[in-house]
Amino acid sequence: MERTLYREIKATGPLWQAAVWLGLFVAAMLASVVYVEHHGHAVTGMTNHVVWGLPHVFAIFLIVAASGALNVASMASVFDKTQYKPLARLSGVLAMALLVGGLAVLVLDLGRPDRLLVAMTTYNFRSIFAWNVLLYTGFLGIVAVYLFVQMSRGMPPGAIRSMGTLAFLWRLALTTGTGSIFGWLVARPGYDAAIMAPLFIAMSFSFGLAVFILVLTALYRLAGRPLGAGLVIRMGRLLAIFAALVLYFTAVQHLTNLYAAEHAGIEAFILSEGGMYTALFWGGQVLIGGLIPIAMIYHPTFGKTPQAARAASVCVVLGGFAQLYVIVIGGQVYPMELFPGYAVTSGFGDGAVAAYQPRWPELLLGLGGVAISLLATGLGAKVLRILPTNLSDANTGSDIGQEG
Amino acid sequence: MVRLLLPLVLMLAAGMSAAGDRSSLWPDVPKATGAPHAEGNAYWRKHHMEMMRHDRDLTMRDGDRMIAASLKGCFDCHTVTDETGATVTYASEKHFCRSCHDFAAVKVDCFMCHRSTPDGVDETVDHAALTDRRAGDILAYLRAIGEGGE
Amino acid sequence: MTRIKGAELSRRDFLRSGAAVASATLAPGVTLIAFGGSQAQAAADAGKRWGLLIDAGKCDADCSACVSACRDENGWGGHGDADRDAQWIRKVTLQHKATGHETTMPVMCQHCAEPPCVDVCPTGASFKRVDGIVLVDKHTCIGCRYCMMACPFKARSFVHEPVVNQKSHAPRGQGTVESCTLCVHRVDAGGTPACVEACAGAGYEAILFGDLNDPDSQISKRLAEYPSAALRPDLNLGQGVRYANL
Repeated sequence: MERTLYREIKATGPLWQAAVWLGLFVAAMLASVVYVEHHGHAVTGMTNHVVWGLPHVFAIFLIVAASGALNVASMASVFDKTQYKPLARLSGVLAMALLVGGLAVLVLDLGRPDRLLVAMTTYNFRSIFAWNVLLYTGFLGIVAVYLFVQMSRGMPPGAIRSMGTLAFLWRLALTTGTGSIFGWLVARPGYDAAIMAPLFIAMSFSFGLAVFILVLTALYRLAGRPLGAGLVIRMGRLLAIFAALVLYFTAVQHLTNLYAAEHAGIEAFILSEGGMYTALFWGGQVLIGGLIPIAMIYHPTFGKTPQAARAASVCVVLGGFAQLYVIVIGGQVYPMELFPGYAVTSGFGDGAVAAYQPRWPELLLGLGGVAISLLATGLGAKVLRILPTNLSDANTGSDIGQEG
Repeated sequence: MVRLLLPLVLMLAAGMSAAGDRSSLWPDVPKATGAPHAEGNAYWRKHHMEMMRHDRDLTMRDGDRMIAASLKGCFDCHTVTDETGATVTYASEKHFCRSCHDFAAVKVDCFMCHRSTPDGVDETVDHAALTDRRAGDILAYLRAIGEGGE
Repeated sequence: MTRIKGAELSRRDFLRSGAAVASATLAPGVTLIAFGGSQAQAAADAGKRWGLLIDAGKCDADCSACVSACRDENGWGGHGDADRDAQWIRKVTLQHKATGHETTMPVMCQHCAEPPCVDVCPTGASFKRVDGIVLVDKHTCIGCRYCMMACPFKARSFVHEPVVNQKSHAPRGQGTVESCTLCVHRVDAGGTPACVEACAGAGYEAILFGDLNDPDSQISKRLAEYPSAALRPDLNLGQGVRYANL
């Protein structure tokens, strides 16, 4: 085993190519923002019924994945899993990059993005949204310090461990806050559930690790550095457990709701009568995002290959988007009751399932956020010494074959 | 230093005398109707935003309607008409607020929500460019930018 | 802080000069509210709790005088896109699920005592005045729409397009959230909301406006005498708008 050496990745042709593509997506995002700013949100698919649309699905995915991406570093410095130690730096950079990408989408979708300063200086401390602004900025600061202590020479291991613990606790608070944005909305039957917070934490474990596996693989391919199959397979097994955890919390969420007669309507909508939302729930979230990746990882032969972990990661990401679409959009299109015992109708669509059709500007905005995250991660790997030169299994002690 | 400054001062002086008492680059503040501000124009030029911001919070948050400074109050006296005699809106360079704000390059955010003329003036025509182009798709918009239509 | 203090000083100075302006430029007997005439109030009264009592039994299914009056008063005319146009007030039809009994009534901001929109607003732009009127401070609204997620009545609208020709007493603009103001500009001048006036004008008198804190007000007496309910009573929000004869 050689010593772990962290080096910047070299500027190869494929790396530049990837950067140009991502840059194009960021440019398209900015064009879309100018367009929506000029014409108002009327040119998006969002309405007074569905006030948070596709951009918020992207933003919340990125923010949730951000806190999850930090788990690899936490496992190394908080839970002493030494195999993950060489990955801790990338974990921190990716976590920050994903959060920045998600926040960019969230901010640029505001009705008045020019008032970002107002959002950062005027707080209503009764609002979980305001607390989230502090949690997000705090996360960026804490992870930056965590990265700094990891990367400086001569730091006592205790410093890394304490910063790692602080970052881990902070990320749990952050995802609790993100879940509570929905969980504390008492008016809407699709939200208003304390389980939203732990559900979002489980989602962050799962989405964050899936994104980490994919980004790690892509970066090592672009840099032409060896990445051991055993390490990827090991992370894949962890991913299967996280995906199962998401399924578990989803099951508890819906079983609890099914037990309460007042929630029968929303449950029937999501689970059986909701058309596209039902299809996205069962087909996207449960099947593609849960059962298929778990089956791939635990397959007796395919499961022993790194391809299984990568394919499972792609599935978890896709299923994650489906899940957030069902939560964010599905929870809004389902009508609210106005008075118990009465059916309500109006010219404003009361009592009816609202229509939502995402439009191009929203998709470009969301994809631009993903591009910002990836571009920032790549830039981090290019200018900072965060990636080990050699991640072969012999070097990380991740040889699955030896362990049996 | 003096050698450098002297020609500059001379040039400025020449420019001033040519345009009367001030350079032609100076903002041309439109004449107002009604009684002048008791505090004097200099005071208002300096403090109008503080006064309006202070009073807007009093009015909106506390319901204080005995206010001194309001946009509506401004336009009781500070309206500008164009050649046809129509009252101009913030879309026109001649608008009272713009005459100085364009010069100082300070963007006015008020008229995103507030009207820029007294009640009763139809602002629709002046702002047609703002409201008319409800382009349905982003491609048409990008094309318009490409053709220099923006 | 010094800037605020400075503004306050100048404000007092100006109040004096402003009164002078009013007397100098206006005909005798004409009160100019903006300049501190006798009609204008110095502050919202914390002892009051403004509210509406809507008698669904008197509301005519085919009448929408309240909606058009509100639109004219506050200038929120739409573009024919029901899902994106502003809806400060709307007519809804309630049908009892068991009996089939139908009633119609207007729904607007319910001016809750415990407004969820105020709780969730990250910047505090959503706020409740001391007299119970819930408003949006569009100077600090960033257009995040979280209040719209939180409102159980869909009473709030997001301005989806550029706006011109606003009323000077009802500023509204693209990218911010708005809702019924209980015609705060009329209430502060001692008047009643436009919808109340229009309903009475149409001959129905289905909407009653008044001070819920004053036991002698017409609205308080009516509420004490007849049964009424708030929308979504399960949420216990203490709305200022109540409904009778559902």
